[in-house]
Amino acid sequence: MRLSLEDAGTAVFLALGILLLVLGPTMIGLFELLTLTKYLILSLFAMSLAYIWGFGGIISFGQSAFFGLGGYAFGVAGLNMIGDTTTPLLLSVGISAAFAAALGYFMFFGRLTEVYMGIVTLVVTLILFKLIGHTAGSEYAIGVARLGGFNGMPSLPILVDPFTGEEMWPETMFQVVLGLLLAVYLMLKLIQKSRFGRVCLAIANNETRASLLGYDVRLHKVAMFAIGGGIAGLAGGLYASNETFIDPNALTLIMSAQCLVWVMVGGVGTYIGPILACCALNYLAVWLGGVDWGLGSFELENQFIVGTILLIIVLALPKGLVPTIRDRIFPHWPHLRGPEARASGGAPPAEPGAAKPLERSA
Amino acid sequence: MSDALLLETSGLTMRFGGVVAVNNVDFRLREGELRCVIGPNGAGKSTFFKCITGQLQPSEGRIEFLGRSIAGMNSHDIARRGIGIKTQVPNLFDGLTAAENIWLSARRHHVGRDATRIANEAMERVKIGHLAGYHVGQLAHGQRQLVELAVVLAGEPTLVLLDEPAAGITAEETVRTAEIIREINRTTTLIVVEHDMQFIRQIAKTVTVLHQGAVLVEDSMDNILRNPTVRDVYLGKRAAS
Repeated sequence: MRLSLEDAGTAVFLALGILLLVLGPTMIGLFELLTLTKYLILSLFAMSLAYIWGFGGIISFGQSAFFGLGGYAFGVAGLNMIGDTTTPLLLSVGISAAFAAALGYFMFFGRLTEVYMGIVTLVVTLILFKLIGHTAGSEYAIGVARLGGFNGMPSLPILVDPFTGEEMWPETMFQVVLGLLLAVYLMLKLIQKSRFGRVCLAIANNETRASLLGYDVRLHKVAMFAIGGGIAGLAGGLYASNETFIDPNALTLIMSAQCLVWVMVGGVGTYIGPILACCALNYLAVWLGGVDWGLGSFELENQFIVGTILLIIVLALPKGLVPTIRDRIFPHWPHLRGPEARASGGAPPAEPGAAKPLERSA
Repeated sequence: MSDALLLETSGLTMRFGGVVAVNNVDFRLREGELRCVIGPNGAGKSTFFKCITGQLQPSEGRIEFLGRSIAGMNSHDIARRGIGIKTQVPNLFDGLTAAENIWLSARRHHVGRDATRIANEAMERVKIGHLAGYHVGQLAHGQRQLVELAVVLAGEPTLVLLDEPAAGITAEETVRTAEIIREINRTTTLIVVEHDMQFIRQIAKTVTVLHQGAVLVEDSMDNILRNPTVRDVYLGKRAAS
């Protein structure tokens, strides 16, 4: 069996990830490990958008709605189901995916155009933010869990080992988060290679043709949106557990915008790009936060400099970091071509009558 | 050609505001037929196709395919019932290779190796095996036309609609396309919309002439060529006289 370049890339990334998973807790200091765990959770969030945008052509300006919903679902279930965090985590995935499916149904079956879809996702995020923000009173409780309005939900449970029933240490939490990130990455790669994934790519390329071939574009898009929502929900649940806290800030447009930036900087049509961009930009923001540039306000300086860097990256590398580097090193990379790469480079001609796209493509 | 009716439209009308693009069209097509639809620019030929394939919902009228109404259905439902279309401007997955484009069409009906086999057969039928690995976005217009034809064939449709298959291709490609169309017609019913009368002569048996959205005349190719009304429509009254 001949391994394609993309399969090789996936294998290398997974191998490095597993290496980090095994060696990370012993080689990385506690503070760095805690920081990295948080960034990996946010990377999972970025992957949710990377999937629907890069491989389905669906741009969501409200991905934080699913992230926040996952966080709140974990919070409510976690406080009510003492000693069990697996079920709340599964609920955070399920509820976010179901919400995304319902929202997607109305958007895609309602034949909304891209612009209106962006507006709807944005407005839904705003509505959820306002709604959760106004749940400060004691009457807004589900079981023993008070939603807390803008004050948020404190004292959320840390993930519990389902076998021993003990709370996870930061080292284990790091391993679980990284393990889930790698598992989701592998799952998305497998989806991409499946018939469903191929059709989604085709839809991202040309909806009309896909429909004229007999594929139900709306149904595929709803399914993709739900998968993306579920992944964002998982990230939200992990975030709530890792921070032991969730508040409406998880549902803000800033969160959605950050997610868009990570994907854009890392490269639409890749998963590794958004993961690297998320970690790098967060580290950069923290590092800049500790440097006095003499502009008066640390926060202002931070935002100004990060913003400038983003602007430079987007202008200089419109395809994003990873696709630009990859295309330089491997000009004939047999990447799956999402909407961002319709006019990308070609592949060498195949032997006549040798149409075996599944075998050839990664 | 059998006597069984494959497609029938009655009173088919498509309005865009005050403009009537398709006007009360009654059209009947029998199984195994190769029907050419001609008409000057703006005659409503492409709109007629879009109504049949569900890309446009007709304002009025009925469309029956294999005895069942398909008017108002979604494009994918109509495609699943067996209508395939090659559009005027090649409509393909530009970011994918020719082989992947064709395979996706075959994969709608078949699984695994069957889909690959059907895709290979469609490529062989249109003689584009050498283009299999190329991104269709990189191909020349004539090659894209052929790839789209293979895409349609790989879907194994009962009825094939070809919208201007000879547009923008070389004389050599035109002859080859006509041969392919005749070959397809041995097993499949076709409607071909075309401007190029030389091309039509090579393939047509029965021709329907559309003018200002309505059916002007329907007859054999020879009679159509002699018909003064058709010559008026195409060339203008003064030129025809």
